Amino acid sequence: MKLFNLLRIALRALQRNKLRAFLTMLGIIIGVGAVIAMVAIGQGSKKSIQDQLSSMGSNMITIRPNSNQTPGGGARLDVSTVQTLTLDDIKAIQNQAQYVSAVSPAVQGRGQAINASMNWPTTMQGVSPDFLTIRNWPLKEGVSFGNEDVNGATKVCLIGQTVVENIFEPGDDPVGKTIRFNRIPFKVIGVLAEKGENAFGQDQDDILLAPYTTVQKRILAIPYIQTIYASAMNSESSEPATQELSQILRSSHKLTNTEQDDFTVRTQAELISTFSSTSQLLTVLLAAIAGISLLVGGIGIMNIMYVSVTERTKEIGLRMSIGARGVDILMQFLIEAIVISITGGVIGVLIGLLASKLITVFLSWPTLVSESSIILSFVVCAITGIFFGYYPAQKASRLDPIEALRYE
Amino acid sequence: MANKIVEIHDLKREFQMGSEIVRALKGVSFSVEQGEFVTIMGSSGSGKTTLLNVLGCLDKPTDGTYLLDNVDVKNLSRNELAQLRNRKIGFVFQAYNLLARTSAKENVELPLLYNSTVTTTQRHQMAVKALEAVRLSDRLDHLPNQLSGGQQQRVAIARALVNEPVMILADEATGNLDSRTSYEIMALFQELNKQGRTIVFVTHEPDIASFSSRTITLKDGRVIKDSKNENVRSAKEVLANLPVTEDFEVNAT
Repeated sequence: MKLFNLLRIALRALQRNKLRAFLTMLGIIIGVGAVIAMVAIGQGSKKSIQDQLSSMGSNMITIRPNSNQTPGGGARLDVSTVQTLTLDDIKAIQNQAQYVSAVSPAVQGRGQAINASMNWPTTMQGVSPDFLTIRNWPLKEGVSFGNEDVNGATKVCLIGQTVVENIFEPGDDPVGKTIRFNRIPFKVIGVLAEKGENAFGQDQDDILLAPYTTVQKRILAIPYIQTIYASAMNSESSEPATQELSQILRSSHKLTNTEQDDFTVRTQAELISTFSSTSQLLTVLLAAIAGISLLVGGIGIMNIMYVSVTERTKEIGLRMSIGARGVDILMQFLIEAIVISITGGVIGVLIGLLASKLITVFLSWPTLVSESSIILSFVVCAITGIFFGYYPAQKASRLDPIEALRYE
Repeated sequence: MANKIVEIHDLKREFQMGSEIVRALKGVSFSVEQGEFVTIMGSSGSGKTTLLNVLGCLDKPTDGTYLLDNVDVKNLSRNELAQLRNRKIGFVFQAYNLLARTSAKENVELPLLYNSTVTTTQRHQMAVKALEAVRLSDRLDHLPNQLSGGQQQRVAIARALVNEPVMILADEATGNLDSRTSYEIMALFQELNKQGRTIVFVTHEPDIASFSSRTITLKDGRVIKDSKNENVRSAKEVLANLPVTEDFEVNAT
């Protein structure tokens, strides 16, 4: 028996009953459409959370000195006064680290920012130009400082939005102006984009950024650095990057195996995993709901196929009398079921894609259609067709031709 | 000596009905030679339907032998029986049993779809040829509900012819038709018989049997009469003698 002939027979049989075939398909269409759209919503929100996290600098790794534990015990020193991190550490990281894309030293001092008659207490952070990359912090206006500013310890700064609002009149352009911080004049060369509050309610815009050399020499008068900010290549590599950084710093600090780290390396992994698992749960939940509707669609196919077999008993009898074997009848009904489910699947995918688009356009929910969800729905459709089509088809193939011909 | 299409010897068919055994056929023997036009007569309960099912390879005898075109059906599997029906038998039913919403041509093609040795081109050609043989070549694309009862039965006959069977097996093929159309169908059968087709026609109407060349009468599962019909009526002549009506259709040949 040629498969092509069977396909032809099945397709003609479906053609004779277009409306019923379509109604049967509807269950699958809605099921697949729902799977695609729901998973797209789940994935979309996951992606948008991840984007938000990475805009916060989710790959950021923070290294701070650890108050050295003296063997004899005694009072441990405040972290900011521990002087174990140096520019040599930065060089070592730059030369050796493979999982780290950018690294910046940081020193900071509190002070009063003054412009004309207005003043504002704020923090000046001394960093390298890479800091903006690490924090994923774009400039709203102007330019950043470069390595020559770091080398020359020039008195330039980038100004945060909160500081702009407090020491400049509305409408004033801060770029090019000179402000004073702790009585030292700084030329404003750029304005930082607004970043808002961080997760702990701190205003991230209440800041001035300057070359770290400038802050070290002119504000704090210290040779060491207080913090190292680094950025892992991507969110996956933040774990190996952490280990790598520890090793580099241990060897740079010449620590023996028995000595404890005199620094701590922290990532935002905990934050990421919390958000990820939440959105993962959301995706699974939505997919489960959608999967149930696909199951219902499959049962719909089985139901209709059973009815169809009963209704077409006489046709089956005729086909058998003119030479159709049991397996031919089985294949015919199975192919009908598969054609219904696959066609329904294709239409369902299209509707799911359309629905995802509409959700994004009209509800402004982020959606992300993944190829895997399309492939998965397809495979599930085919399996649904085979699984739910098999029993009715088998029933049809086992009919006695004599009985079937006599059936009214 | 003509080739024997059907050879039945001491054929028995029993059914188990609960604790009782019903003997539908109690030892039937006869043979049909190529080119014969045989009617099988009998009242209901005579075993005629059971015999038809066995002849059509839809059912197997409990005992006795049945050779169809020298093939013993006794030891054939379900699938082999299906193949035998596909290649050697053409069925014509009382209720036509055409597929609804399917054109005449496609209905006729149906048996060939279950024959993997026939190509698509051959299938189309054979279907057209079969429809020409029943003079419906102008109705190829008509759907069954666009055809009269007689035309539908002719499509069914074309479907029975299309696989070049060794025997056409008709089951009360005129039962659903008025007498004029019945005669038209019988005229067609006689014509096909003249072309050399072997026809076995099951009926309970003596009037219909008079068109065949031989009548086998069954009663209570046994053959009670098997006689050549000396005085075969021509359906064409009967038609010609009927009062003329407006849509009268006479065979041109």
